[in-house]
Amino acid sequence: MPTTTIAGHEVDVNDEGFLTKPEQWTEDLAPELAKLIGLTLTDAHWELIRFLRADYAVKGETATLRRASTQSGVPVKQLFALFPQKPAKKMAYVSGLPKPKGCV
Amino acid sequence: MSMPIVPSFGDGPDEGGRKLAIICSKGNLDMAYPGLILANAALGEGIETHLFFTFWGFDIINKATMADLKFSFVGNTAMHPPGRFGISMPQILGPVPGMTAMATKMMKKQIADLEVPEVPEFLELLSASGAQMWGCQMSADMMGLTMDDLYEGVDGIINASDFIEKSEGAQLLFI
Repeated sequence: MPTTTIAGHEVDVNDEGFLTKPEQWTEDLAPELAKLIGLTLTDAHWELIRFLRADYAVKGETATLRRASTQSGVPVKQLFALFPQKPAKKMAYVSGLPKPKGCV
Repeated sequence: MSMPIVPSFGDGPDEGGRKLAIICSKGNLDMAYPGLILANAALGEGIETHLFFTFWGFDIINKATMADLKFSFVGNTAMHPPGRFGISMPQILGPVPGMTAMATKMMKKQIADLEVPEVPEFLELLSASGAQMWGCQMSADMMGLTMDDLYEGVDGIINASDFIEKSEGAQLLFI
């Protein structure tokens, strides 16, 4: 597995660039990851990032888009607005988590 | 310093433009889900997604039936008792009164256990994700249904030619 340097942090990533060790993620890395994919984080983004991190810590896998919406209470439309086009994958990336595995 | 490895999310200036059209022609519970699940996956990938509901597929968007789709294992030799792969449910049991209700209940439980929503909530999820949903004109005429009878996220009732126009350039799935 390759490593890459993001904002001075060396992190392990897969071939696509997703972090493979969620424990290497820190809150100061999120804005840098976001910037790399053209996003500027707001409080609304942070609410989801914190939800995703907490949910991963409990469930051991990344929440799907539906789970992120139903569990956090943020409507699906809002998720598409905050993380355009591919919300589930973008949320996961910024949160330093693997892509969601679930289908729905 | 080398550039970081960053995933491609397919939303660069020269990317995107992929389009998917799914024709849902069956109203059995087990035939409704594949179309809904694939539409949801496509929308989550930022793909323009159209669903065209025709014939029995109308039951998926008919408010009177959408929450009550059923599964029967008549004619489905792949149905086996839970966890008993290799043993087919005897086909003769399929038409026995109460068997469809039981099989439906079992399937709904398995689906719910995976946190996959029931059909009406699934339609809401698709609608919120930007799906374009269309009812088939001929099916509506045959069944005497209008937009008032259909799930509110349905965009319109259109004829076959309209669908062919809307799905121009799309990858097509018939279910």
